[in-house]
Amino acid sequence: MADVKVAPPAGPPDPPPPVDLPVPAAIAGLQSAMPGAVLALSFFVGDWTVIVDRAAILDVARYLRTASGAAFDICSDVTATDWPPRPERFDVIYCLFSTTHGQRLRVKARVADGDPIDSVTSVWPAANWLEREVFDMFGIRFSGHPDLRRILMPDEWQGHPQRKDYPLEGPGELLLENPLDWLKLRQARDEADIE
Amino acid sequence: MFDTDELVINMGPQHPSTHGVLRVVLRLDGEKVVDADVVIGYLHRGVEKLSESRSWAQIVLLTDRLDYVSAATSNVGYCETVEKLMAIEVPRRAKYLRVILSELQRIASHLLWLGTHAMDTGAMTVFLYAFRERELILDLFEEYCGARLTYNSMRIGGLPQDLPPSWDRKVLEFCRIMEGKLEEYETLLTGNRIWLARTKGVGVIDGAEALALGLSGPPLRGSGVRRDVRKDEPYAAYDEMEFDVPLGVAGDTFDRYAVRMQEFRQSIRIIRQAMQGIPEGPILGKVPRLIKPPAGEVYHAIESPKGELGFFIVSDGKSTSPYRFRVRPPSFCNLQALPRLVKGHLIADVVALIGSLDVVLGEVDR
Repeated sequence: MADVKVAPPAGPPDPPPPVDLPVPAAIAGLQSAMPGAVLALSFFVGDWTVIVDRAAILDVARYLRTASGAAFDICSDVTATDWPPRPERFDVIYCLFSTTHGQRLRVKARVADGDPIDSVTSVWPAANWLEREVFDMFGIRFSGHPDLRRILMPDEWQGHPQRKDYPLEGPGELLLENPLDWLKLRQARDEADIE
Repeated sequence: MFDTDELVINMGPQHPSTHGVLRVVLRLDGEKVVDADVVIGYLHRGVEKLSESRSWAQIVLLTDRLDYVSAATSNVGYCETVEKLMAIEVPRRAKYLRVILSELQRIASHLLWLGTHAMDTGAMTVFLYAFRERELILDLFEEYCGARLTYNSMRIGGLPQDLPPSWDRKVLEFCRIMEGKLEEYETLLTGNRIWLARTKGVGVIDGAEALALGLSGPPLRGSGVRRDVRKDEPYAAYDEMEFDVPLGVAGDTFDRYAVRMQEFRQSIRIIRQAMQGIPEGPILGKVPRLIKPPAGEVYHAIESPKGELGFFIVSDGKSTSPYRFRVRPPSFCNLQALPRLVKGHLIADVVALIGSLDVVLGEVDR
């Protein structure tokens, strides 16, 4: 709980892989099959991440699912992160696993507020509810999703809770994390009643 | 002469057999389910948003309350993810203790599954028997960390305390008792004509479709897919343990039941090996007093009793809270398959299938 106002981070560091580390066959195959799609590579604590162009995400997904060198048949997770200072504020992250090669890969795409991104439910049906949750929590629309509606919040809810500009306590509420604040509030209410 | 319409029936969120606050809107043709719409979010507490303003050590308490039936596994998953992010070396003794506690937790979680699943399908006796054994495990955990349900039993870097005296003797005694009780449960259920009629052929899903739909854990292994995070991406001390991964064949409710019954035995086997080979040494690695991981993102998955439990954590390197804390809940992804599984079955089978998937709403909704 930081009281000091630090500038919000502008984006993930995404450190590039060390030059002497061989690129996994799946990523190399993706780069040669779709030259313009891969914007950057990243390697951090043993995980490989591929940052792709938002428009190419469906083709990338199809390639990663079907190419023999990749064969990522399990879509473990679809999630997003909000980096407000960046013009393309959202990072949509796909965590993939290949049972044939025993490898993990993360695919990231940067999405601006209001821009849709293609749904990958036609490639991995597991992404259905996961994308619904990303829509519910961040407001990112997935075009081509069979059933895009809120999943955790009530259907009529306004606002997207996981965005950084959404208050933790909810809209129009008071954040009373300290018990003393609760006491003060109750005292103020009692005094108002007495009057 | 008679007009037959489709009937829309609401099941839940308050319902004795939905394993929590789960709502399933069923469209029925007579008693056959035509379609099901699963509505969740009744237990959404905003754990992910809350974690963004809690310190890294405090979040262990929040992970307890995700899958409240197997809290120790969620603790292990979170602590391991942060340790991966910070490249902290966990001592070997701590790894062994994590394996022992995780496997005890797996047995406890499966006992709760067995009791509630059997009770939902009508076998009330099994419920009381399973909970009697679960009490033994809860006593063991209470002796270790003081709590029966939400343990807070792991720290980033290891464990908070070492084993209490003669705890190891009690664990081995429990393993001995448990093996006898497993025979009891099998006698009550496995050959039982009513149980077989209620579970054989119900909710059949083949391996490829299960994998594509995002199932993990026993529902996936019940369809014959050999996928277990403990074997594919070993963590803690699982690479030093010898155990089998039970697989089903038909992918129906009975096979999912059989897989979990075998997992009991494998867990007992792992606990015995770990208790035998546990090394001496420290239980907490070198961790700075104020936990501030470097900036970066990490995803780490473990095998919880429900399936693949993953944590995706983003740290900005400066603050004492995560920038983004995401839980990949196995129950959420398994529950996704429910509409596909119940199609064409009867209402009573819906209850059996919710039990067969073993969902915990705390994890589904977070």
